[in-house]
Amino acid sequence: MIKVRIPTPLRRLTEGQGEVNIEGDSITALIDTLETQFPGIKERLCDEEGAVRRFVNIYVNEEDIRFHQGLNTPVKQGDEVSIIPAIAGG
Amino acid sequence: MDKIKGLFCKECKKPYPAEAIHVCEFCFGPLEVAYNYEAIQKRISKEKIMQGPLSLWRYEDLLPIESTPTVGLNTGFTPFVHAKNLGAKLGLDYLYIKNDSVNAPTLSFKDRVVAVALTRARELGFDTVACASTGNLANSVSANAAEANFKCFVFIPADLEAGKILGNLIYNPHVIAVEGNYDDVNRLCSEIAGEYPWAFVNINVRPYYSEGSKTLAFETAEALGWQAPDHVVVPIASGSLLTKIHKGFHEFERLGLIPTVNTQIHGAQAEGCSPVATAFKKKKDFIQPVKPNTIAKSLAIGNPADGYYAIKIAKETGGLIESVSDPEIIEGIKLLAQNEGIFTETAGGVTIAVLKKLSQQGVFKKNQSVVAYITGNGLKTQEAIAPAVGAPWLIQPNLKSFQQTLKKEQK
Repeated sequence: MIKVRIPTPLRRLTEGQGEVNIEGDSITALIDTLETQFPGIKERLCDEEGAVRRFVNIYVNEEDIRFHQGLNTPVKQGDEVSIIPAIAGG
Repeated sequence: MDKIKGLFCKECKKPYPAEAIHVCEFCFGPLEVAYNYEAIQKRISKEKIMQGPLSLWRYEDLLPIESTPTVGLNTGFTPFVHAKNLGAKLGLDYLYIKNDSVNAPTLSFKDRVVAVALTRARELGFDTVACASTGNLANSVSANAAEANFKCFVFIPADLEAGKILGNLIYNPHVIAVEGNYDDVNRLCSEIAGEYPWAFVNINVRPYYSEGSKTLAFETAEALGWQAPDHVVVPIASGSLLTKIHKGFHEFERLGLIPTVNTQIHGAQAEGCSPVATAFKKKKDFIQPVKPNTIAKSLAIGNPADGYYAIKIAKETGGLIESVSDPEIIEGIKLLAQNEGIFTETAGGVTIAVLKKLSQQGVFKKNQSVVAYITGNGLKTQEAIAPAVGAPWLIQPNLKSFQQTLKKEQK
């Protein structure tokens, strides 16, 4: 299982859960699994073309997926994924 | 008080109540304060501002608080210097330095945003304040929290300059040094902010916090005799400061306090962390994050929240976003110190070096007004400049020793 941390603005979709444990071998697969369990969450994370939205950042084990292979970044058992609003800091 | 209508999403315009929230639940866009400009128009005037306190609170009508200011009562209204020596070197008759390196209480522009954020945090009922910081913000939150009796947690990268770490500890907040860069600190704080009922000034209180930066534009316009300058040069870390300086001039214009604004807004980054300048030059409107490696640690944000908006504003106003190397930053710090007697930190070195670069590129006309924003104090980043300033003459306590040394040194 892979632990995915859900940011506050999306917790209404996850019945209030801040963390969910799901299966998947890439970020794309995880998002699809999330969508199956929590319908509507995918369109909040990805735009019409399927790219990650401008104001959403996704991290695998604390590293921004844009430093890996974006949505194709592979994930394995025990990895932790964070979804975080991009607007913060400075 | 009727000046704040609420918050709204800068992207999809969805309205929200004026609470401690910072992103749109639907599109994750940033939330901005929605002002009732009609109400503000009725009570604001140049005369009223000029009779106001000698602090940023003279612009209270355009700041997002509902009661009266309680924090940062001595903040802002910093020197606005006609930089004649540096101007002569760069071929500019009207070069001005907005000198926030002597802002109160902690010697950086961050005192402005913290004054607003903590006043608002108190109004919203918080007893604990926090921030993710490259240094200056943590210093300001720590000092202001001490005076205003908030509990305080500041999160910083572990490798900050000694002066900036000490500049937190002295006020006795909880200082959390994170083993990582600022972007790691910021990501962690976003997660912490979701779990604790604290006012994170640059996360859940960010819509109010960031408005404090507008006062740099307000003070500039007032100091120029109620007009906006032809050009400004602004350092870019997250990009928020640049967007708010732009907003400040346009709010004054909208309220009829200054004539039409044609200010060209230029941005300054360090080469070792220039995601915004790189995207600008490649004509992209999305930012590829970077791993920062520069002496300008206060600007070392590899994943800048407002980078997209900074690019948009530079483009719209005919401005440029340039980057400079670490040696150019050192040179910039020395140039400002040795011509104007102002000792700025590395971020100020970036601003001055970009100012120089743009003037060499012929971006400014000789008789145009140019304002460079100096946002922090050089005594906080001594490590960066120490190797480049030489050493004192060491002599014996007698006349002969002095005369011999003078002769030797003057050869």
